[in-house]
Amino acid sequence: MARMKFLCDADRCIECNACVTACKNEHDVPWGINRRRVVTLNDGKPGERSVSMACMHCTDAPCAAVCPVNCFYTTADAVVLHSKDLCIGCGYCFYACPFGAPQYPKVGNFGSRGKMDKCTFCAGGPDADGSKEEFEKYGNNRLAEGKLPLCAEMCSTKSLLAGDGDVIAQIYKERVSKRGYGSGAWGWQTAYKESIAT
Amino acid sequence: MAKLVAHMRVIAGAVALAFMIAMSAPVLAQQPGMVNPTADAVKEQQLLQQLKTIQGRGTIPDVRSYVLEHPVGRNWQQFHSVTLRWIGGIAIVGMLALLVVFYLARGMVRLESGRSGRKIVRFNGFERLVHWMTATCFIILAITGLNVTFGRPLFASTVGSEAFTTWAEWAKYAHNYLSFPFTIGVVLIFLMWIGGNIPNAVDVEWFKRGGGIVGHDHPPAYRFNGGQKAIYWIVVLGGGAVAITGYMLMFPFYGTTIDTMQYAQMIHAVVAMLFVAAMLGHIYIGTIGMEGAFEAMGEGTVDVNWAKEHHRLWLEDEVARSPKGARTQPAE
Repeated sequence: MARMKFLCDADRCIECNACVTACKNEHDVPWGINRRRVVTLNDGKPGERSVSMACMHCTDAPCAAVCPVNCFYTTADAVVLHSKDLCIGCGYCFYACPFGAPQYPKVGNFGSRGKMDKCTFCAGGPDADGSKEEFEKYGNNRLAEGKLPLCAEMCSTKSLLAGDGDVIAQIYKERVSKRGYGSGAWGWQTAYKESIAT
Repeated sequence: MAKLVAHMRVIAGAVALAFMIAMSAPVLAQQPGMVNPTADAVKEQQLLQQLKTIQGRGTIPDVRSYVLEHPVGRNWQQFHSVTLRWIGGIAIVGMLALLVVFYLARGMVRLESGRSGRKIVRFNGFERLVHWMTATCFIILAITGLNVTFGRPLFASTVGSEAFTTWAEWAKYAHNYLSFPFTIGVVLIFLMWIGGNIPNAVDVEWFKRGGGIVGHDHPPAYRFNGGQKAIYWIVVLGGGAVAITGYMLMFPFYGTTIDTMQYAQMIHAVVAMLFVAAMLGHIYIGTIGMEGAFEAMGEGTVDVNWAKEHHRLWLEDEVARSPKGARTQPAE
């Protein structure tokens, strides 16, 4: 099985936020929750770069390690998913996540955050693939349909890559060697404990 | 003549143009090599080394989402999954083991002079109410809190994830809401017993003589002996620390960031583990560890001989205050 990863080629991202919109639309993500967002660094200055970020589906995922009820699981494709039936909304995953991925429908005073929500790599959750329950809790399960995450699929500059980690790393390497520069695979060292040598 | 001048002009113009092209040609040829679009670009490793976190600007209203990367979450993961479990395990299991060994070696501290049959009031109804309110909350808070750290490795697979998550959710709400009576209890304990709990020279002597627990000595003590004062300050300071850090976690982002919440959780958890270990010792001495001790907080009265052995100076004060022993009463 492939080891699924995200890679944002920051030298191509034009901060159009289409990935954010596509994700919200595809999964009917509730108001106030953004499973993906675009962050611009050095905004308006020379060397400005934008990076599209969501759950990176980490190796040895911190969220899964600290969850007191063990609601996380890693699929055969190495996608980190969670069960909203088991989540108690304690907030631990959100202290641990290096990418700010876990979010909650409510503010969270008195521990009333509600069920955690995060990017699923368009792979749904523990409910039956393609079921109504799965869609309502986690959104569409595109992976079960043989499709890759929509954010990356519709990225107009193909800055955001999603898929088999080895394949997207290869694509990125070729790009960097062809154009002669690359600002690196953002978040890979933290998420996957490896980076792409270019 | 005019024709010649015109010719010359054209030639001069052509030479000048050729010269300009010749001069500019190397510049054009060099351009792709001279432009490096990443020369000024932000570098991930550099930013992480400088700031430990990478933050930018976004376009959605949630400003907290502008933090791109915050790798210290990995350190907190290590603390929660490894360090904290060792600290808690050693403190609590170690204390239990110590108490078992101590009980087997020393047994219950008996009333050496036997019971006199006369009783003296030690804790009034209000004091006992506050004590037991705080104690009940503490026990529930301790169990539900320990569940967050140890529940998953110990029970989750045994009872099944559905059952465990139901329990864990109730435990979370119990932990959050019982914190309020617990905090009130800690404040009341602080105010109501501060008078008898200022450390003094008698406590130094008391500790030097083993407190009557180690050995069979009966060092004199006022209303609270050195050990009880230690428990008092553990409750006041430890309780205060877990209350403050707990409320920081219960109200996220009220003056806190993810970083401060991580620190708050670390302080909360470590203090709570040590607090639980200390309270195990307190419960031991108050029950099976010492004859005649439980009734002080149970019924509110103690046998005069118990007071004589363990709190001689306090008994003398009490008797001096009411020479006829108004507060003492014969047993029925």
